[in-house]
Amino acid sequence: MSTILNDLMSNIDWADIGMASVDTLSMLGGSLLFTLILGLPLGILLFLTGKKQLLEQPVVYGVLSFIVNVLRSVPFVILLIIMIPFTVLLTGTSLGVAGAIPPLVVGATPFFARLVETALREVDRGIIEATQAMGASTRQIVIKALLPEAMPGIMAAITVTAITLVSYAAMSGVIGGGGLGDLAIRFGYQRFQTDVMVVTVVLLLVLVQVLQMVGDRLVQHFSRR
Amino acid sequence: MIVLENLSKSYRVDGRDIPALKRIDLQIAAGEIFGVIGHSGAGKSTLIRLINLLERPSGGRVLLDDVDLTQLSSDALRKSRQKIGMIFQHFNLLMSKTVAQNVAFPLQVAGELDQAAINARVAELLELVGLADHANKYPAQLSGGQKQRVGIARALANQPKLLLCDEATSALDPQTTASVLQLLLEINQQLKLTIVLITHEMNVIRSICDRVAVIDGGEIVELGPVTNVFLHPKHPTTRRFVYESEHVDESAEADDFAHVPGKIVRLTFKGESTYQSHLSALARQLAVDFSILAGRIERIKTTPCGQLTLALVGSQVDELLSRLTDEGIVVEELRQ
Repeated sequence: MSTILNDLMSNIDWADIGMASVDTLSMLGGSLLFTLILGLPLGILLFLTGKKQLLEQPVVYGVLSFIVNVLRSVPFVILLIIMIPFTVLLTGTSLGVAGAIPPLVVGATPFFARLVETALREVDRGIIEATQAMGASTRQIVIKALLPEAMPGIMAAITVTAITLVSYAAMSGVIGGGGLGDLAIRFGYQRFQTDVMVVTVVLLLVLVQVLQMVGDRLVQHFSRR
Repeated sequence: MIVLENLSKSYRVDGRDIPALKRIDLQIAAGEIFGVIGHSGAGKSTLIRLINLLERPSGGRVLLDDVDLTQLSSDALRKSRQKIGMIFQHFNLLMSKTVAQNVAFPLQVAGELDQAAINARVAELLELVGLADHANKYPAQLSGGQKQRVGIARALANQPKLLLCDEATSALDPQTTASVLQLLLEINQQLKLTIVLITHEMNVIRSICDRVAVIDGGEIVELGPVTNVFLHPKHPTTRRFVYESEHVDESAEADDFAHVPGKIVRLTFKGESTYQSHLSALARQLAVDFSILAGRIERIKTTPCGQLTLALVGSQVDELLSRLTDEGIVVEELRQ
């Protein structure tokens, strides 16, 4: 049994796989962190400046919304390439984990911001009205009422974003981004090592499953309905 | 306490101004329970939101204890709002916070108390509304009536002078409505709190209000003590509300009148005269026969009152009516 398995996986260097997995996880962790830091305020701003919201600002909303739409409509593979000069400026390299994080963040932030905006819109308007009637400031309303109320939706948004980042991170292998995607392209695709392809895909699948499960738990934890 | 002066509000829809409220003048005294009744779309929910400026008026002034709220800076307005409680038809509780955290919320917003003082105040408020045992539950675990009690506790947290009730009982069943109204009446009396409520249910007005304004098409069409408005409705809208709540059908009533001879009158008793036997004593004395066509005896807030529609036959009917008037009973002739 074990010999058959060994024959089937003759091309696999488990040390490489392990390193690539660590790279994928650090790309995911790093890009998710920056996506949240940038995307959450952007999503809140989109929500607040939107029509009939607390800080209604049609011009600000229009400009932000346009930028978000433009970034979201660029296919990620193309964004990866366009971003190269900017990435080099920012991190000194366009390769490896460090080189992959800027395009990942730029690709995922608008997506996450839209999801946050939608989650905030799901909060009952009556709750905003009640907190206004209590004399709460916009800042208090956002921090003490809106974000806690929208927390299940925001957790779901983080989950979806993290999973999207896993697939984006795999794509960044195209420009030498490192990680499991890189391995799959260099060995699995270019050298026809199907076993490497299968193992990387299975590992990515497991990662996505784990993320979804953790995300669902968090959503559950924060909903009090 | 509250003075609304020449207050108006219109909404811009497709480039045209649609008036929601037209030149409202209203004075509400400290300590009274003031009701506003109207059909949906009459402008009552706009009116109550103009009092704490959740809606900005298009014209006019809102004076609360002689301070014009429309002239305040946004910071000063927020400070004023902390002293105006508000409860809502759909409660609008924070679903992600426990009962105690919901009640603590306005105290944290005001930021005047430390955590220990907030906890003490929350416990006191939950005791007041009878929810001390539910402090750590989430709103989703409560019944409608309990949710509204949390809403009331939350509205009272910053010791407001004024409580606004936006259709506070409209989502509740009749029994729960009665208990919430009872609670409102108690806090009105214990805390000397002024209450302004809007509703489409005459029953709410009758149970706890001192005065009522009837609103229709963005205007106040009738205003006065509840007993007067209830017993002698003048405007068609008011009559509709009263008759609906009394299950009186005006056309069926006219049909009844066609079947009886004599003069038809409506007598209105209020207060002590409700309990006296003036009618039977005088009828016996003056040899007048009466048949009762319709009648009701009830309580409006704390005042007992009654109304009887009678057909009178006899030579001294007019004498009987003038003696009844002397006793303080209001006589209306419905048919000569």
